[in-house]
Amino acid sequence: MTQLIRIEVTVNGRRRALDVAAHHTLLDVLRDDLDLTGTKECCLVGECGACTVSLDGRIVDSCLVLAVEADGGVVTTVEGLASIGRLSPLQQAFLDTGAAQCGFCIPGQLMAANDLLGRNPHPTVAEVQEGLAGNLCRCAGYQQITEAVLTVAEEADR
Amino acid sequence: MSARIGASPVRVGGQARVTGAQQYVADIHLPDELHAKLITLDCARARIVAIDTSAAEQVPGVHLVMTAADLPQPVPRFGPQFEDRPVLAVGETKYHGEPVAAVAADTKDAAEEAARLVRVEYEELQGVFTIAAALDPAAPLVQDPALRPGDPLAGTNVLREHHFGWGDVDAVTASADLVVEGTYAFPMVTHFAIEPHAFIAAPDGDGIAVWSTIQHPNWLQRILAKVLDLPLARVRVFAPDPGGGFGGKQHPKLEPLVAFMALRAGRPVRLVLTLEETFQAVRRNSTEIRVRSGFRADGTLVFRDIESNYLLGAYADIADRTVTKGSYAACGPYRVPAARVVARSILSHTTPSTAFRGFGNPQPIWAVESNMDEAARALGIDPLELRLRNLARRGETIIPGDTPADGEWEQTARKAAELIGWGTPPAPGRGRGIAFGIKSGPTTGLSYSTVRLLADGSVLVYAGTSDMGQGARTVFAQIAAEELGAPLEWISVVMGDTSVVPYDQQTSASRSTVLMGNAVLAACHDIQAKLRAMAARLHGVAEAEIVVEHGVVRLPDRELPILDVLGPGLGRLGGELIGNGEMRKEAEAGHPLGGSAAFYEFNCTAVEAEVDEETGDITLVRHVSVSDVGKALNPTQVRSQDEGAAIQALGHTLMEHYIYDERGRIRNLGAIDYRIPTSMDLPLELISATVENEDGPGPYGSKGMSEGALLCVAPAVAAAVRDATGVVIRDLPLTPERVWRALQERPTR
Repeated sequence: MTQLIRIEVTVNGRRRALDVAAHHTLLDVLRDDLDLTGTKECCLVGECGACTVSLDGRIVDSCLVLAVEADGGVVTTVEGLASIGRLSPLQQAFLDTGAAQCGFCIPGQLMAANDLLGRNPHPTVAEVQEGLAGNLCRCAGYQQITEAVLTVAEEADR
Repeated sequence: MSARIGASPVRVGGQARVTGAQQYVADIHLPDELHAKLITLDCARARIVAIDTSAAEQVPGVHLVMTAADLPQPVPRFGPQFEDRPVLAVGETKYHGEPVAAVAADTKDAAEEAARLVRVEYEELQGVFTIAAALDPAAPLVQDPALRPGDPLAGTNVLREHHFGWGDVDAVTASADLVVEGTYAFPMVTHFAIEPHAFIAAPDGDGIAVWSTIQHPNWLQRILAKVLDLPLARVRVFAPDPGGGFGGKQHPKLEPLVAFMALRAGRPVRLVLTLEETFQAVRRNSTEIRVRSGFRADGTLVFRDIESNYLLGAYADIADRTVTKGSYAACGPYRVPAARVVARSILSHTTPSTAFRGFGNPQPIWAVESNMDEAARALGIDPLELRLRNLARRGETIIPGDTPADGEWEQTARKAAELIGWGTPPAPGRGRGIAFGIKSGPTTGLSYSTVRLLADGSVLVYAGTSDMGQGARTVFAQIAAEELGAPLEWISVVMGDTSVVPYDQQTSASRSTVLMGNAVLAACHDIQAKLRAMAARLHGVAEAEIVVEHGVVRLPDRELPILDVLGPGLGRLGGELIGNGEMRKEAEAGHPLGGSAAFYEFNCTAVEAEVDEETGDITLVRHVSVSDVGKALNPTQVRSQDEGAAIQALGHTLMEHYIYDERGRIRNLGAIDYRIPTSMDLPLELISATVENEDGPGPYGSKGMSEGALLCVAPAVAAAVRDATGVVIRDLPLTPERVWRALQERPTR
């Protein structure tokens, strides 16, 4: 029988106590135990960015973080970006520019873009492209995604 | 923003996509479900000696270990074109990753542990992994000849050999002033949808319910009904919006296996593939294509002689159809007096190839357009000018007996030329290339749509298309908004449930806006006719004097909002108006493809590139893609499709290819070693534009358009590299190493 370890994490503002298997990743726990399926599973080797979440203020590939490593941590997922039914400016910009096509990579793109704007509120095109280089989009909506991020950066100026 | 035709309202389903609420197959859980895991071998071709499941069955939580012996005998085979793929490998594996058994357990962990404990005794056999190896007369056969009785090719690895053409190439060869010949290779690439394939099956009364990332739910329903021996009405396929398809999700792969497992376990079974397993499930045909083209000194084409070898995988899937569609149209959008095309579908012990955006066309386009560039140089004619001299004008024949040229293609080419600055000198060290791409649209089609105008004026649109990112939901909602006047927020588009949504043949070949779009339009017109009858009855006016458009009922003396007719017309019991639409494109007897093209996708791509002579690295300074789309019903989505296709094409052009080892294993399996374009691989400037003459067969003059911008990227880039450096490269992808080596071998200028 797999040994379970008690962890406590704050996910999207809510404190959760969970018994997790030692080998389960943060991605496993988010999707399977907490039913937060907005975070996506694709490559499982930290290359595609679909599982990007924020952990203690920095983004991680949740497929590469063991759930036990998140013990005591603060996690934000795509489900935590909107507040009380109101989209964040970034989410709204993704909608407005048509950045979301099939949509599968979008949660990860949003988390990475959110982190980028937190660190650099006025990125250049090159900085946006570099900041999102770890998030693959096979619909290849990179131009629309970049436009969305730049739109939010411009609006922050006003 | 307006929801009308020609506007770009926010994507229908967009909100769910930016909040994480969108439910893809892997996000769906059923009560009491079991988790499945596949058992595969670490080689391509092997004889299965014995499978010992005893240890796996002892793992706590394991409910089922399934091998071919547990399936109906003989093991059912299925496929969209040939019924050659067994539900589980029978006696012999044919490719690296082919499942020989599968387990189902209460948890993923238990399933994975049990899968590791299934002991397969096998004897590895020599396989064929290349065109040359497969064509060797001594090569082992991939397919059991008993699967195609009476076929003279059954004793070879050639599944089909196709011959197309017209005129007499041999007779006119002597009249050519110049013959240009070359052989061009296109790599094995994979779809790499960010959503790996996923399947769930559950017993459902006397039948079965299956959730799949499938593009063609009705085709899957038909195949499941056959292998399970169930009536169609007992097979319910749910097809949630796929997270990217690109052709890789057109046809069934593991659904029959998961269905048999669910029926045997009596519980829902889910199988979510890893990305690595998805790589082993789908890829594009690789090709080697020899092109001989004859020209007069003035550039006029005299003939084309094309021999194409397409390397399929171990099972045919729909790959042979991609061979016919691609090679049939291989001569391009030109007036070609004589043509001879031979195309072979060659089986090998590799991942089964299937449809992939462009459907067999990017390969011959790479070959023929590269050949065109070489011809232009040899003739001393500008590459654009050479193409324009031969380009078919509207109404002219490109393939005798098929749909003539259906657009102002010269306008498209000239627009691209203008946007790239063709004819002006590029900066030192840079070069430019231009190419044309053409793809014939669907040859047959059948789409039904039902539209329900509810008592309050809101609308339900039923369409069996799969919205895998192209935005079909939005376009169909826009058509309903245009015709019935409802705002977008009052329109729901229902898809992805074969028990609820009427039949649609498939979501492929850039057909949905044209074929399903016309069905939706017809269903809206049906409702308009019913509203006219209603208004005639209510107001004592002849139906012929009433017009219904944009949500308004026009009587001879006044206009009424639809609701003012609908309410009184429906009366005290309420109810709704139901409209039905049907769009058929019938098969044509005797046509080599079974039917002529519903439309052509035409694209001109022009690029300006700089090559780092030290590293071989190519920088695309500017990439222009212009498509003839007839009419952009939603310009944002059109742009997204064109730019997405253009960037996707940079994958097979610059970086993507499977690497097989001598045992037929893919060595670059997964996201670390197989690179696709990222945000750092974009052209410095990417410009997409459209030509819109409202001359297509779709609603409001639209044409299909989702593949065009991918078709001719590779030859345009290679031509730009040649223009910048003088080196001609005939093999894709144009990796830095390949370019660097070509530069080293370049004769000193």
